[in-house]
Amino acid sequence: MRGISKAYMVLVMVFLYAPIAVLIFFSFNAGNSTSVFTGFSLQWYKELFQDEETLSALYNTLVVALLSSGISTVLGTAAAVGINKLNKWMKNVVMNITNLPMMNPDIVTGISMMLLFVFAGSILGSDDVLGFGTLLIAHITFNLPYVILSVLPKLRQLDSHLVEAAEDLGCPANKTFFKVVLPNIMSGVITGFMMAFTLSIDDFVISYFVSGPSFQTLPLRIYSMTKRVVRPSINALSTLIFVSILVLLIVINVLQAKDEKKAERRRRAAK
Amino acid sequence: MVKNKKSFFVGSPYYIWMIIFIVVPMLMVAYYSFTDIDGNFTLENIKNLSEYADTFVLSIFLGAVATLICLIIAYPLAFMISRSKASTQKMMIMLVMLPMWMNLLLRTYSWMTIIEDTGIINSLLSKIGIGPFHMINTAGAVVLGMVYNFLPYMILPLYSAMTKIDKNVLEAAEDLGANMFQRVFKVIFPLSVPGVVSGITMVFVPSVSTFYISQKLGGTGYTLIGDVIDTQFLNSGRNMGATLSLVLMVLILLCMLLMNQFASNEEEAMLV
Repeated sequence: MRGISKAYMVLVMVFLYAPIAVLIFFSFNAGNSTSVFTGFSLQWYKELFQDEETLSALYNTLVVALLSSGISTVLGTAAAVGINKLNKWMKNVVMNITNLPMMNPDIVTGISMMLLFVFAGSILGSDDVLGFGTLLIAHITFNLPYVILSVLPKLRQLDSHLVEAAEDLGCPANKTFFKVVLPNIMSGVITGFMMAFTLSIDDFVISYFVSGPSFQTLPLRIYSMTKRVVRPSINALSTLIFVSILVLLIVINVLQAKDEKKAERRRRAAK
Repeated sequence: MVKNKKSFFVGSPYYIWMIIFIVVPMLMVAYYSFTDIDGNFTLENIKNLSEYADTFVLSIFLGAVATLICLIIAYPLAFMISRSKASTQKMMIMLVMLPMWMNLLLRTYSWMTIIEDTGIINSLLSKIGIGPFHMINTAGAVVLGMVYNFLPYMILPLYSAMTKIDKNVLEAAEDLGANMFQRVFKVIFPLSVPGVVSGITMVFVPSVSTFYISQKLGGTGYTLIGDVIDTQFLNSGRNMGATLSLVLMVLILLCMLLMNQFASNEEEAMLV
């Protein structure tokens, strides 16, 4: 039984990783085929680093991801604080609307926002409203629910006596928030930010509809690269993306393990 | 009272944002569905929907098949992971999540290079004198793309539901003489229903509405509803595109309502 279960796990992992391994393998191909290997070369990496369109798309992606996740974290945390205090009926209404972008297919979210922008543009008498601004608004909008949903449970766990104690001791509301509430919900805020950041970097469908021809992010660049005859430079790009994700994950894991060890040592010392 | 006002104020920037960028866009979809290109009211788009009935059926069918296959692959896997050592669990979940962070476009493109007529499988097979087999631009290729891309979305909710199943419950069932099938169908499955429901919605929704996977792996023969919406907007058929989006949205929300109903009934049945 144990053997079968191990074999099955390995099998599924092979299915999940084989296509990624294939992508990486052919990024080192000397020829320009993505399926017949003719020898080792790094030429596709060289081509990639000379491709200014891809490099600027990467830069755009990072700018949009940082801005949108930062803004949605601030806006979403404030929203969670407000929502937490609403009465049951209002809370239900707000949460149902908040869940909409997560439940709706991406294509519908993208199109609905595009229609809004185009409509607003036609009122303002402008034909090309779509660009950096609309993309940023769209990213903030689809990030917000994830921030709110990761902060809200932390607020619910927060002991309301702590806040009352701070207020009774004459702490002004702002200070209470930053000194008492925020430190207690910080883990939720950070989770929300990270989720927002990764979602923003990865998004293709919504960006495709709201960005217009003038502003390109990396997924949009990949889309236009795979529309034409594909060259292995896209494999080189995949390899670099995969390696950076892998490194990031390992770093996060090592840091977490270190934190856990520290906490463990402290617990033992306390005993 | 003063306190409540203040906290309402804190949330208000978001409420305004939510209304402008979530509620109003939904109304926009409805508005464009019921107007023609000049902005006059019309039911023409709704009437034209019947032309796309086949596309809707095909999308739902392929999405359902992909969801079912995901469930069949993921269910035993999630159970096995949830019963292994803590360190193995952590490692396996990492491995399941890692491909999710690779862009969907790249993962789909990779399958294209594998199953093309001159792709990796066929060029390997030709070396031993078999083939070539025609695999790309078939319904199977589209389903493969959906299964591959969305499998992690099935594994993760199933896993988190199954870690909540108490080991003692399984042991009790075994001690009381339940055989393996009884344990699976009478104990494990009912307890994992919340995971099954969220797994199904998380795979079905993106599968039904996809347009990249079907373009790359299905060619022109397997146009899905997402492709039709995409081409409508590219060719300035904005109003028809909006109508199709509206129908897609309503269909999916109905499906989810139905699923959730099913899940809560199941939970109530468990309590009895």
